[in-house]
Amino acid sequence: MSVLAASPPALRAERSPGYWRGVGSRIARDPVVVAALAVIVALVLMALLAPELAPMAPDKGSMIRRLKPIGTPGYPLGSDELGRDMLSRLIYGARLSLLMGVVPVPVAFLFGATLGIVAGYAGGLVNALIMRTVDVFYAFPSVLLAVALSGTLGSGLGNAMFSLTVVFIPQIARVAESVTTGVRKLDYIDAARASGARPLTIVLEHVLGNVLGPIFVFATSLVSVSMILASGLSFLGLGVRPPDAEWGLMLNTLRTAIYVNPAVAALPGVLILITSVSFNLFSDGLRGAMDVRS
Amino acid sequence: MTPMIDIRDLSVVFGRGPKPVPAVDGVTLALAPGEVVALLGESGSGKSVTLRSLLRLHPASARVGGTIRVDGTDVMALSPRALADFRGRTVSMIFQEPRLALDPVYTIGDQIAEAVRRHRGGTRAQARARALDLFDRVRIPSAKRRLDNYPHEMSGGMLQRAMIAMALSCDPKVLLADEPTTALDATVQIQILLLVRELQREYGLSVIFVTHDIGVAAEVADRVAVMYAGRIVEEGAIADVIRSPQHPYARGLLDARVELAGGRDRLITIPGAPPDLADLPPGCSFAPRCARVSGECRTTVPPLAAPLGRGQVACFHPG
Repeated sequence: MSVLAASPPALRAERSPGYWRGVGSRIARDPVVVAALAVIVALVLMALLAPELAPMAPDKGSMIRRLKPIGTPGYPLGSDELGRDMLSRLIYGARLSLLMGVVPVPVAFLFGATLGIVAGYAGGLVNALIMRTVDVFYAFPSVLLAVALSGTLGSGLGNAMFSLTVVFIPQIARVAESVTTGVRKLDYIDAARASGARPLTIVLEHVLGNVLGPIFVFATSLVSVSMILASGLSFLGLGVRPPDAEWGLMLNTLRTAIYVNPAVAALPGVLILITSVSFNLFSDGLRGAMDVRS
Repeated sequence: MTPMIDIRDLSVVFGRGPKPVPAVDGVTLALAPGEVVALLGESGSGKSVTLRSLLRLHPASARVGGTIRVDGTDVMALSPRALADFRGRTVSMIFQEPRLALDPVYTIGDQIAEAVRRHRGGTRAQARARALDLFDRVRIPSAKRRLDNYPHEMSGGMLQRAMIAMALSCDPKVLLADEPTTALDATVQIQILLLVRELQREYGLSVIFVTHDIGVAAEVADRVAVMYAGRIVEEGAIADVIRSPQHPYARGLLDARVELAGGRDRLITIPGAPPDLADLPPGCSFAPRCARVSGECRTTVPPLAAPLGRGQVACFHPG
C-alpha cells in the first residue's frame, strides 16, 4: 500500500506493527480519502502505462486537423493547435506533470525537516542561524523565487525541479521548527531523559515520532502546489520544452485557442485541478488517520 | 549506616544578569535506604527543583552548587554517558501529570519496553514480558490488552500506574515522585498513594515525595522536610511535625487545612504572600509574614538546629 511505502523509516522501526494497520483501516473508513487515493493511483497508472493507453503518438500533428472540438471522430478529446491528439497528449503529459509535482517534495522534505528539527531541538544560536537563513529564502514569494532560480539556471526539467525544491525547503523547515520547538518543552521529553534515554534516542523517537506526522502531512499538501508551480514554470517556458507534453505547457500553448475552442483549451487545467485536489484531500485524510488520538 | 541519598548544601540558581533567581539555597538532606521523605511546600518553594537536581534535569543555563551522592555515586561529577545510565537505573522519577509525561504517539507497552531495553538489554519479546509483569505488579486490570493502549485511551489513574510501572522497570534504588497524585481525583489519589507505599516496601526503595498536601505527606512518608523560599525550614519525623510543628510556617500550613475549617466560612490562612525569590529579605525569608518576628530574624538567616533533640528547625523562636 502506498501509505506504507511513504512511511518515514524512523517511525516504522520502533512502532508496534499495529500502528500502520490502524492508519490503513482509518483511511479505509473515509470514502473521500479512498476516492482521492483511487484518483491518484489512476493518474500514476495512466502515466506509467501511457504508451499502452494513448491512441496516438503525443507529438504526431496534422495541419489539417487543428483545434478539433471534443467528440471529433478519432479525436475523442479534440486536437490542439498543431493538430495533435489531446487525449494522447494529456495521458503522456501525466508523466512529466506528476514527476515535477512529486519529486521536489520528498527531497525538500528531507532537507527542510532535518534543518527545522535540528533548529527546533538545539534552540539558541543554532536555531537563529538556521532559521534566519531560511527566512531570507522565505521572504521571496514562492513563484518569484522559482522563476528567478529557473531563469538563472536556464530552462529544463532538472533545473525546474531543483528550483521547486529550493522553494519548498524553507516552508517545510519553518513548519518543522515550530512543531519541534513545541514538542521539545513537553513533559514526556523530560520523562524520557529521566528514564535514561540517550539524546539520540530522544531525538529519533520522541521528537521525530511526534513531529514527523504533522511535517509529513504538510509536505503532502505541497505536492499540489508543486504541480501548479511546475505548470507555471512550463507556462513561462522555464520548465518542460516543446514538443514534450506537460499539462502546464499545454495550457500555455492552447491559451491562444481559448476563443476558438475553450473546452479543449481548458482540459489540461482540469487535470491539474483534479490532481491537486486529490493530493490535498488525501493529505487531509492522512493527517486524521496518522493521529492515534482520532 | 551510609545514606542512600546524601544532598549537601545544594543550591540552584536560574537566570543570569542583574536578577538571578535562587530557586534552591543550601538544602541539605539525607535519606536512609528504604526511607520515604516528603518534601512539603507551596509552589515556588524549590521542592521540585530539589527533586530534579537528583537527576540533573535542569536546563543548561541553571547553575547548580553543592554535592549530591546517591548510593555512593557523585551525581554532579557524572559524565553525560554515565548520567544517562544512572537515570532510570539507579534513580527514576514519576511526574505530576501522567498524561503529559507519556509520549502520545507510542503505546504504553512500547514505552516501558524501551526503558527496559535501554538499561537491561534483551529482545523486544523479553522487554514486553517484563512490561506485562510490571503491569500486574501495579495492578492494572487486563494488563495484556492495556499494553497496546495509547496514553489517550487510558484514565489518569491507570496512566499514573503505568508511569510507576515504567519507573520501576529497571529496579531502581531511589524513586522520585513529583506530586504524582495532584492531577488525580481524590479516590484515585489514595489508591496511588497506597500503591507507592506498598511497592516502596516491597522493593526497599528510598523515596522522595514532593507534595503541597500535608495529608498526602502523612499518608506516605516516614519523615517530612518543609521547604520555604528555597530552604528547608523544618525537618523531622512525620508524626512529630504534624503533632507539634516548631516552625511558624509549618504551623501555618497545618492550620490552613480544609478539615480544620469546621463550619466556618473562611479557611485559616498565612497572612502575606510568598517572597519574590529574586529579591529575598536578608534574614529569615518567612520574617515578613511571621507573627513571632524579632530584630534578629530580619538580619540573620536562622540555621537549622535541633532544640528538642529530634528533628531540625530553622527558627530563632521555635515552638
